[in-house]
Amino acid sequence: MTVTDERPATKEVGSRRTRKEDQRLITGRTRWTDNIQLPGMLHLAMVRSPFAHAKVLSVDTAAAKGAPGVMGVFTGADLAETQGANINAWPITADQVTPTHLPVVVDHVACAGEIVAVVAARSAAAARDAAELVDVDYEELPAVLDMKEALTDAVLAHPDLGTNKSAFWTLDSAEAGTGADVDEAIAKAREDGIVIEREYRQQRLIPAFMEPRSTVVDPTGEQIVIWSATQVPHILRFCIAATTGIPESKIRVIAPDVGGGFGGKLQTTPEEFATLAVARKLGKPVKYTETRSESLLSGHHGRDQWQRLTLSAEKDGTVTGFKVELLADLGAYVAIVGGGVPVLGAWMFNSIYKFPAYRFTVQTILTNKPWVDAYRGAGRPEATFGIERMMDELAAEVGVDPLAIREKNWITHEEFPFTTVAGMTYDSGNYEAATARATELFDYDGMRAEQRRRRESGDPVQLGIGVSTFTEMCGLAPSRILGQLNYGAGGWEHASIRMLATGKVEVITGTSPHGQGHETAWSQIVADRLGIPFEDVEVLHGDTQIAPRGLDTYGSRSLVVGGEAVVRAADKVIEKAKPVAAHLLEADVADIEFTDGTFGVRGTDKGIGIADLALAAFAAHNWPDGLEPSLDAEATFDPDNFSFPHGTHLCAMEVDTETGATRMRKYVCVDDVGVIVNPLIVEGQVHGGLVQGIAQALWEGAEFDDNGTLVTGSFVDYTLPTAADTISFVTDHTTSPSTTNTLGTKGVGEAGTIASTPAVVNAIVDALRPRGIHDVEMPCTPERVWRAIRSAGADSAGAAPSAAQPHFDESEGDVQ
Amino acid sequence: MAYLKTLARQQGWHDDLKHPTEESQMTRITVTVDDVSYTDEVEPRTLLVHYLREQLGKTGTVVGCDTSNCGACTVHLDGVSVKSCNVLAVQADGSTVTTIEGLATDGRLHPVQEAFHECHALQCGYCTPGMIMQSIDLLRDNPDPTEQEIREGLEGNLCRCTGYHNIVKAVQYAAAGGAK
Repeated sequence: MTVTDERPATKEVGSRRTRKEDQRLITGRTRWTDNIQLPGMLHLAMVRSPFAHAKVLSVDTAAAKGAPGVMGVFTGADLAETQGANINAWPITADQVTPTHLPVVVDHVACAGEIVAVVAARSAAAARDAAELVDVDYEELPAVLDMKEALTDAVLAHPDLGTNKSAFWTLDSAEAGTGADVDEAIAKAREDGIVIEREYRQQRLIPAFMEPRSTVVDPTGEQIVIWSATQVPHILRFCIAATTGIPESKIRVIAPDVGGGFGGKLQTTPEEFATLAVARKLGKPVKYTETRSESLLSGHHGRDQWQRLTLSAEKDGTVTGFKVELLADLGAYVAIVGGGVPVLGAWMFNSIYKFPAYRFTVQTILTNKPWVDAYRGAGRPEATFGIERMMDELAAEVGVDPLAIREKNWITHEEFPFTTVAGMTYDSGNYEAATARATELFDYDGMRAEQRRRRESGDPVQLGIGVSTFTEMCGLAPSRILGQLNYGAGGWEHASIRMLATGKVEVITGTSPHGQGHETAWSQIVADRLGIPFEDVEVLHGDTQIAPRGLDTYGSRSLVVGGEAVVRAADKVIEKAKPVAAHLLEADVADIEFTDGTFGVRGTDKGIGIADLALAAFAAHNWPDGLEPSLDAEATFDPDNFSFPHGTHLCAMEVDTETGATRMRKYVCVDDVGVIVNPLIVEGQVHGGLVQGIAQALWEGAEFDDNGTLVTGSFVDYTLPTAADTISFVTDHTTSPSTTNTLGTKGVGEAGTIASTPAVVNAIVDALRPRGIHDVEMPCTPERVWRAIRSAGADSAGAAPSAAQPHFDESEGDVQ
Repeated sequence: MAYLKTLARQQGWHDDLKHPTEESQMTRITVTVDDVSYTDEVEPRTLLVHYLREQLGKTGTVVGCDTSNCGACTVHLDGVSVKSCNVLAVQADGSTVTTIEGLATDGRLHPVQEAFHECHALQCGYCTPGMIMQSIDLLRDNPDPTEQEIREGLEGNLCRCTGYHNIVKAVQYAAAGGAK
């Protein structure tokens, strides 16, 4: 059954608080890493390989060293002893092939953009000028760029490894005992049911956070201080210590104001390690800030899969089995999560459905392209796209509405908690409620009626309606499960609360926000919990010296795991305060009740406020014997299970069949993210998530030329959506509280991105399906849609041409 | 450099620009930024945004790209919005610049700043200075814009967090004098 919310009414949790963070951000009083200036600070510029695959024969730094303002030029060989390495934290199999990833290459370049030398100069401009003078002699090697070609091992991304195949990972319901044999289900369906077989492309994306990455290293004190535009200050500190030999206790990492991440800043980057190495060599503060082109080229990319999907069903549309075979491009190295990103999809391809049989396999591949890692959703958008596209295909095959096929197969709200065919136990949800609300807001029947009218009248602008009913797993993660999966760290989160003498309260969180509004949301939680004013709470984060324990922010984990740690720390404060209150009120501790910030004595009007107790602890003049004079408390929370937000997204796309142009007409989403702490912030997360997912469907894609050069290497070519490309959305919520944490929250950071991509593509395909078209490869540019329409019927399979849109149309003669 | 030399000739600055790694010729400029007049020596190639950030410490204005696509560096030059990565510091000689740091007066936020806060029109906040400066410019040109006019007016400013939904609402809120 679905849990109903019986939590007590709260003042702050649930209110649309405007954010504390805003004041400094709207007035320009921000501390981005690139704003930091230290006395004597030097600036770095990177010399990067223009080749996707090459041997470095020699690096001549003499001219650069003699250039004005230059204080040092360093090659990989110069830094080899001290630079550390960029590690993979999640070897998905015991025999995973994992090339060593050096921050500055010594003799082998495995993708364009790798750092070959570092120039340090008195100004950023001088460093950039001198970088042009570094003369690198390369021997170009054949590059393998296409992951299907890479499978043959004909050309090797890393010749010394002997193979491009990194790891093969399987989850099989028959082997795991969580379901039946999928091959048997498919064989039976070939006899008397329906088998849908499709291959989908998840194009390569670039996170494209707005703040370029920047790192400042000050090696002049007892501790090395590293400011970095990172999502993961604690993980960065650990990785530096683990690979450079610098004691962890001598490293302080600070993530100051960080301008977005979306997974793109959860890496420990070559640039961070190179900056640290040069700062230590020179003994001076050093700053490196990337250009946007460097960011697009040398930050990690996301997605990049081929998905071979086989869905078996009975003739009435009841699914009997689902087989998922993925090829996942890791790029040149196995990044920090690496193959773990597609593996996260293993539990999500079955989504909200009751599939009796299931198999998921992924082959991870090394190529000579930039490395791939988590990008908003990380494995779950890919999975949701695959299954939601397939459910639409099944609906078309059966001849029923896409919503009907989903309803036939989804877990009903009476069935929770529900253990899926992938072995995951969903604690709560109500797919019927979210879908009912979404169809109402969308005017689903009205939109279908308009679609029919346009089809019947032969309107050149056709209307398509896309459905996406998704779930995801959030709250990464139960440490034991991570251990079983061979992940290199735990998934707990830490918080502490300091009760200051003046009544103010400091909340220290191990999460590391970069736009999510934790300072506001955590203040709301603590204000309610301790019965103190919202304004009296200060949230501190992102500095390993202030917040010594933490596992940072990614995977929609901060509120679900980190927020619960805050709740538990607050509850410990109250428990510590009770005997003190009893002592000061001369009462029995059993009679002490805590309500709205006051400790009272049951049955009397006696009471003392929590701020008065904090002052009493500061003075410690009158304190119970045997108790420490402090109300401060800390808590570490390790969840028992993931949380499972879900929702129903409906999208209407107009498709101009004469030009291929598409226009979003309406987008409605109803998300169940559990209990909402701040509706204003949640709506913002949904809006932003939606646009990133819509952008994958319509506009974005990292494209390379035949030499492995990134041709979408600036914002001219990597086309982020603008305000003029997007519309206003209709968002709403249903609530089935999570049972894994006290507040009942589920996580919202990735929901919009996960759900929206298939909703948009399903809508475009829905508009074109009467023409025999059943797929358009992403991004669904006007050209691709137009080609699909033009070639409809010529391609018996009904899929649009799969060749990537060329950067330049070679048929038109010489490139201008 | 060829472009810069052509530009320099056209603008009548110096026709003897050297390669920047050679001895740089410095140029004296006087600019009023957020109501304070500054006189400085700058390299002719210095971009206005770098002059603001590095020489004046006006780090509220930020750099988001190299191709003048993102608009994060938008400031007002003589009352009109410009992308300060697309203007040389020497071009601002004799001009008045307003940055995000000069908007609030006497401790009171500019109505568009207030609107961004009220409507949750920012998350990470990196695009926000440029977005606010552009929104002010948009509203000066068109005090009562439609949603589509707002969207087109902000097309030169990229945001990766908000999906623009609440930014559009904030501009509408400011246009309505603070009414939702």
